[in-house]
Amino acid sequence: MEISSHTMSETGLPPGLSIPPADGMPRVAIHNLNFYYGATHALKNVNIDYADRKTTAMIGPSGCGKSTLLRVLNRMYDLYPGQRAEGEVVIGGENIIAPGVDLNQLRRRVGMVFQKPTPFPKSIYENVVFGVRLHEKLSKADMDERVEWALTRAALWGEVKDRLSASAIGLSGGQQQRLCIARSIAVRPEVLLLDEPTSALDPISTLKIEELIDELKKDFTIIIVTHNMQQAGRCADQVAFFYLGELVEVGPATQIFTAPKERRTQEYITGRFG
Amino acid sequence: MPDEPKHIVTSFEADLKKLRDMIAGMGGLVERAVADAATALLEHDPDFATRVVEADPKIDAAERAVEQFAVQLLALRQPVADDLRQVVQALKVITDLERIGDYAANIAKRSLVINQVASSFSLSGLGQMALLVQQNLKSSIDAVGEADPQKAVAVWRADQQVDDLYNTIFRELITYMMEDARSITACTHLLFIAKNLERIGDHSTNIAELTYYAVTGESLPDFRPKGDQTSAYMHSSIAGQ
Repeated sequence: MEISSHTMSETGLPPGLSIPPADGMPRVAIHNLNFYYGATHALKNVNIDYADRKTTAMIGPSGCGKSTLLRVLNRMYDLYPGQRAEGEVVIGGENIIAPGVDLNQLRRRVGMVFQKPTPFPKSIYENVVFGVRLHEKLSKADMDERVEWALTRAALWGEVKDRLSASAIGLSGGQQQRLCIARSIAVRPEVLLLDEPTSALDPISTLKIEELIDELKKDFTIIIVTHNMQQAGRCADQVAFFYLGELVEVGPATQIFTAPKERRTQEYITGRFG
Repeated sequence: MPDEPKHIVTSFEADLKKLRDMIAGMGGLVERAVADAATALLEHDPDFATRVVEADPKIDAAERAVEQFAVQLLALRQPVADDLRQVVQALKVITDLERIGDYAANIAKRSLVINQVASSFSLSGLGQMALLVQQNLKSSIDAVGEADPQKAVAVWRADQQVDDLYNTIFRELITYMMEDARSITACTHLLFIAKNLERIGDHSTNIAELTYYAVTGESLPDFRPKGDQTSAYMHSSIAGQ
């Protein structure tokens, strides 16, 4: 693959790999989504759009369905029998929950970072290239370049460039989480899912991840699940509040945190008994 | 807000209640000051005027205390939604209350002069205006305490009457001044008093608007139906000269 520097976006992503949807179209559009864990109806008729290159925060009490929705977006639920989704989840014009979707490709297009850092017990370099190797055949030089790009975008390059062959396990928690983000973006996904990415981190590492999210949304559509209201306010353009499997309210973060329309949203974000 | 379920953290609930109580306390001082200023004027009683002037530093101190507490709430509790609106409302309401206190003090000071130069003037128009203004001020402060948007709307609407009375007094005083130039000193003081009362009405309206936003999350419209012809009157009288 030929990638000359002048064709890249300001953040180094080749435009061909991050094609914006047609004007005004969301990057991800969910219509009438229902999800079942066996007999349990975990998501009820959810309709929500995720705008291109914007950050959406999903908030709500434990068990409200927000993590379930993340698992639908890259079809992680496929790994478990008895779990099924109905409706439409359109990413790039394709309903990704329809049968016959190439799951490997889907998981390249939709990256995910988990609550606790999940580095592989391998070198820092190997962690970053792990996904890339599955999808692309790159020369050593191109692969090196990709690793530097991903680690730079994940704000980790300066800290690890002299020890790329060291084990990832030796990194601090915050560094490990940024490494996981580097690993996710190395395959240049369209959408990046973050499931409580800072809940195990100290405040400074948390702010570094938040700064990173602001940077990354120049190239990626970001969906973050968080229990931290202030974090949702700081990071997100759009906030969606889920309760008991329903999407109660979705709107700009400024509106949700100053004048939510739904009483249930207000009670939740202000910390009242529901 | 009172009809909402309580906050899970009881100390936060207590802090918000304390904030409301502090505003109610400051509101009480300001109401007292306006009432005393009106008595000083209408009853020609200099003792009441002195009380108003002496109360002003207390009002200023109350404003500072609320401000400090509200900033502390913002820093430590990071309120959102209606809680946030309530704290912001508090910060703005105290500014209006403090101004009302200043106007009351100004009325009180002028009442001392009026006693000397214009004890023969009928003050019934000003008396009526003072009464209306006090009612509106009380309702606006009650609206804050009770988080009652209906009461806030009522105050917002009622200010029209205050404006109408002000315009009437304005015309009346101009007539006096045109009739007898020796009345200009007294009439000018009375005009300023009327203007001060009118401004108190406006600040009460501000408090009502802030309350409506704090409680509902929506703003009252920018305009209120106005029957104000004072400016037209001024233009025609200037043009006629």
